[in-house]
Amino acid sequence: MRWGRFAGYAMLWAYAAVALAPIVVMLLNSLRPNTEVLSEPLRLPATLDFSSYATAWSEASFSSYVRNSLVVTISAVALDVAVSLPAAYVLGRYRLRAGGMLTAYFLAGLMLPVRLGILPVFYLLGTLNLVDSRLGLVLVYASSGVPFSVFIMAAFFRGLPRELQDAARIDGAGELRIFSRVMVPLVKPAIATVVVFRFVPLWNDFFFPLVLMRTTGRYTLPVGLTQFFGEFQTNWSALFAGLVIAALPLIVLFVVATKQIVEGLTAGMGR
Amino acid sequence: MRWRIAVWFVLPAFLLYTLFTVYPLLSALANSFWRWQGTARGEFAGADNFTSLFTTFPLNQQLWPALWHTMAFFAGTMLVQNTVGLLIAVLLVELPVARRLLRTVYTVPYLIGGLVVGYLWSLLLSPVFGPVNASLRAVGLDSLARAWLGDPATALPVVILVNAWQYLGFPILLFGAALAGLAPEYTEAAKVDGANARQRFLRVTLPLLLPAIGVVSILTFIGSMNTFELVYSLEGAQGNQPTGPGGATDVLGLIFYRVAFQEGGSNAIGQSSALAVLLFAATFAVAVVANWLIRRREITLT
Repeated sequence: MRWGRFAGYAMLWAYAAVALAPIVVMLLNSLRPNTEVLSEPLRLPATLDFSSYATAWSEASFSSYVRNSLVVTISAVALDVAVSLPAAYVLGRYRLRAGGMLTAYFLAGLMLPVRLGILPVFYLLGTLNLVDSRLGLVLVYASSGVPFSVFIMAAFFRGLPRELQDAARIDGAGELRIFSRVMVPLVKPAIATVVVFRFVPLWNDFFFPLVLMRTTGRYTLPVGLTQFFGEFQTNWSALFAGLVIAALPLIVLFVVATKQIVEGLTAGMGR
Repeated sequence: MRWRIAVWFVLPAFLLYTLFTVYPLLSALANSFWRWQGTARGEFAGADNFTSLFTTFPLNQQLWPALWHTMAFFAGTMLVQNTVGLLIAVLLVELPVARRLLRTVYTVPYLIGGLVVGYLWSLLLSPVFGPVNASLRAVGLDSLARAWLGDPATALPVVILVNAWQYLGFPILLFGAALAGLAPEYTEAAKVDGANARQRFLRVTLPLLLPAIGVVSILTFIGSMNTFELVYSLEGAQGNQPTGPGGATDVLGLIFYRVAFQEGGSNAIGQSSALAVLLFAATFAVAVVANWLIRRREITLT
């Protein structure tokens, strides 16, 4: 039995090494001069050399890619939550005529592969004069998040005790006040889950900006990264640094919000 | 709550979702039945766009291989998830030391996204300067070092392994949540009846995990049908970057992109919409049938 446990732990740590090794190599090689990375791919850095980060940040305009990604992702998540929260509140807490149909209409979106509609999205944004615009990207992203956000937050609203809004109503509070002062503060955990969980796929999304964005100054990180890999082919140290810059915010987010990410990923599983 | 107030609560979400998600997908469906000249709609085409996917060059030569590659993608990823992933999830439940740290470590590749993962591995696997070949040479396995992504024989298996490496954290989390939700009474009853650890796992735990395995399978299938970023960053949009394996790694998601934006010709809208409809119908049908099978299985269990 003791040997069994030992073998079990050995396997767990062995796979942890497999999962982490490529990321460690990425990090270490981004901190070494390029000539050294090319001649000795597997070495610890002798001294920490941050010049590749400077190259990626200013020469390859990662500063602008990061800014665009932050602006687009944060705005999209904020808009998604702002519209989904009141909808989830009504659908989760009230029995309405057509309420069931509306809920089904929103939840159907969990099954819809948004990117298959890319051409109509492109022409729709064209008519709205929003191609090659960060606002256009924000609208598409926020829209694609509505089904998941409504799903998670409506389930959470449904679980709150009924007495709460009755008590507030007796105290003379109007609907808007009950919603904003009583209900929203109670669903903060669900909001956190939605925010964290929507942030990741939007930050990583490559398909929509690849098609919709034309101007380098408006590129988000994934498209910027593609341009960068074309231009800096031989500067491996800088390429590794660029990858670290793209991945770092997500790793930080995960360390800060492990709980929300695990909850979002396993929503509906177990009990 | 009065109906008039409720409308204002729901309306913004309804409009945003309808305009930028539902409407484009419905127009893609409608567009697939018309012939197109650039952005001008021509006459009604019936099923012509659908049949032309299988008859016009170069699509007729790319679509079937891409379908097989996509299925191989699904099968290969499933194989890794349901062996390595399940083993790790079970071990994690049994062995408490550093459980949370390990779970975090396993999930990191999943979070950093397909494009970054693809570019990272394209550097690691590079024939001349890549750390993978360098480590093979360092331990005397020079004969194994090769152009992993450029050789048609290894390209697809390697891309599938990279995909499995990226996604493994997700089934580990899902299986973990499902295992935590199982009532311990079942395995304890089996223990009292004299079942050993292997029997308890195969006869009790595994059947109870089938719904979770089913969910993971469905999500993996949907993911495989949509695979794009990883193949794009590893092999380029044409499957020939930098010295690529020809079409050996073409998957359906990549073909859709090429038809819509690169190779579609004047009827790109019609053809790519038809392909989108087929992809969605296939994904949806498989997901619904699989879901039904899981539900049925669940009822017979309890």
